[in-house]
Amino acid sequence: MSTSALPSTAQSVPDAGGHFGPYGGRFVPEALVAALDEIASEFRLAQADPAFGAELTRLLRDYGGRPSPLSEATRFSAHAGGARILLKREDLNHTGSHKINNVLGQALLTQRLGKTRVIAETGAGQHGVATATAAALLGLECTVYMGEEDTRRQALNVARMRLLGAEVVPVTTGSRTLKDAINEAFRDWVANVETTHYLFGTAAGPHPIPLMVREFHRVIGQEARAQVLERTGRLPDAIAACVGGGSNAIGIFYDFIPDESVRLIGLEAAGEGVESGRHAATITGGSPGVLHGARSYLLQDDNGQTIESHSISAGLDYPGVGPEHSWLHDIGRAQYRPITDAQAMDAFSLLCKTEGIIPAIESSHALAGALDLGRELGPEAIILVNLSGRGDKDVETASKYFGLVSEDALKEEIELA
Amino acid sequence: MSILESLLANAKAEGRSALIGYLPVGYPDVETSIQAMRAMVDGGADVIEVGVPYSDPGMDGPTIQAAVDPAVRAGVGMSDVLAAVSAVAEAGAAAVVMSYWNPIEKYGVSRFAADLAQAGGAGAITPDLIPEEAGDWLISSELHNLDRVFLVAPSSTDARIVSTARQSRGFVYAASTMGVTGTRTAVSGTATTLVSRVRQLAPQIPVAVGLGVSNADQAAEVAAFADGVIVGSAFVRCLLDSPDGKGAIAAGVLAQTLAEGVRRH
Repeated sequence: MSTSALPSTAQSVPDAGGHFGPYGGRFVPEALVAALDEIASEFRLAQADPAFGAELTRLLRDYGGRPSPLSEATRFSAHAGGARILLKREDLNHTGSHKINNVLGQALLTQRLGKTRVIAETGAGQHGVATATAAALLGLECTVYMGEEDTRRQALNVARMRLLGAEVVPVTTGSRTLKDAINEAFRDWVANVETTHYLFGTAAGPHPIPLMVREFHRVIGQEARAQVLERTGRLPDAIAACVGGGSNAIGIFYDFIPDESVRLIGLEAAGEGVESGRHAATITGGSPGVLHGARSYLLQDDNGQTIESHSISAGLDYPGVGPEHSWLHDIGRAQYRPITDAQAMDAFSLLCKTEGIIPAIESSHALAGALDLGRELGPEAIILVNLSGRGDKDVETASKYFGLVSEDALKEEIELA
Repeated sequence: MSILESLLANAKAEGRSALIGYLPVGYPDVETSIQAMRAMVDGGADVIEVGVPYSDPGMDGPTIQAAVDPAVRAGVGMSDVLAAVSAVAEAGAAAVVMSYWNPIEKYGVSRFAADLAQAGGAGAITPDLIPEEAGDWLISSELHNLDRVFLVAPSSTDARIVSTARQSRGFVYAASTMGVTGTRTAVSGTATTLVSRVRQLAPQIPVAVGLGVSNADQAAEVAAFADGVIVGSAFVRCLLDSPDGKGAIAAGVLAQTLAEGVRRH
């Protein structure tokens, strides 16, 4: 669908400076402003260039596996008060998540910018694997920054990135997780901006990144909208998507923003519970501030220091969130709810056993949210869930969580693999 | 005339560059860091950049990160920073707060400006705040006659150098290498080019240069073409290398050496 149907408030954001109401913008060293201007300008040209659009569409179809199917989760739905739950299967994309949409777009853009190297940050490893994949496909040099803690949690994805030819740099500063990997990637970018594009993995960061990432992920919502209409003859009552930085959520939400009858529900990682202080529920439990180049909700203390987040899901374990989500929250167009580790793992297990799909733990937060929504909305409701990624990478975490194998046996198995 | 404007004018009248030294507050503890700042003033530093520790210092290299991390963990905050500002001002130098934007925004921009002026501070350097996002700070700094130092970089366009210099007061900070903070063995050629661009495009405002200076010869080299020589990591190194509590003395000695450097002709 065309953006012309959007309400005027949605059409007006971001403004030329990348502001979504009071959020977004650019809080970056001056050294990066020229590069961000160049990206913004080249992205606008690319969007208007039919050849770029055709090449991206071809890659998404022939390489990425789009369109991703829509699966009706009948047996899972039975646990949701009988509401009809439809899964948008981004887990079936090449590399196993929605991340491929954005990296293929930005990797093509890197070529247009005349740059030969990409850097990326990664938490769970999905964005890192996707970036390493796109870099291999297009012949770009690739360095991925990953918190040392995450390299341990996601050892198989580290191996995948290295197999794909990427250099993986474990980051040992700060909390040694995703936010510190982002800091380190920014440092690399400032020093190497002439040759290097920072292929940011989520709809956060300085302008134009949130806008660009949203546009590359809009395909999720565009496809889903047509698929739901074809399947059911009407729009869904609600859309559930997990929110860490928020790229899969903004991708599926965006084309439904004008449809005021469709509730947009973002599910944040509440870890051990928002009240416990050990969580990553940025909008639910944070406050507006500046982190990683933009103003948005973030987890911070009274001194404005970022508070370390916690989630069983490395991909949601981030103390910030994309600025557009902050704005959608403030204007009331989207609602953000917390889902604890335990709720997410229950939904994870339920989907495995009722549908034969092992979801990413990130996506399991959306599934848990959909179960609650189904009970709220009743058996007539149609709920669209963005199944943003597959759970292969999370098998070790889940096995430990459910006590399926002894840790020693699991370690041995992974070493053999 | 603002504090920095008059200070830099006086240095110029003496035919020299100003020596500008950075230290974060709170490493190894608040008291020692303030002692070190006083020692730097006694050693000849004209301006102290009083650093606000921050959890996500994206522009800083490993040396500054190593000092800032423990300060953040110890809960060092704006009240400690303002105490350091007062101490520096009492010691006879200009105190300029150096801070990433979020700690200032969290403290409250107008409250920060009022309290900084009250503490005798000259202004603030904001490495991740570009003038386009600085609306509240432009107003509050104006109200309290505080200097506001924005950065220019080798990648800045001419138009941005002009507009950034127009919004700055005190001096413009030329971050003259593309990269994070840290000492370097050679003074980069991009520094002279950047300073001459600023002088040509914005002749009204002094330019200070930060690019990894750590000794008197480098200070003299930079002083030959800039109004101010900024030294950060080398001072921080003095504290990191002195677990015996003598870091403040070492910082004072380094300041003396560098102060001699900026006076060479």
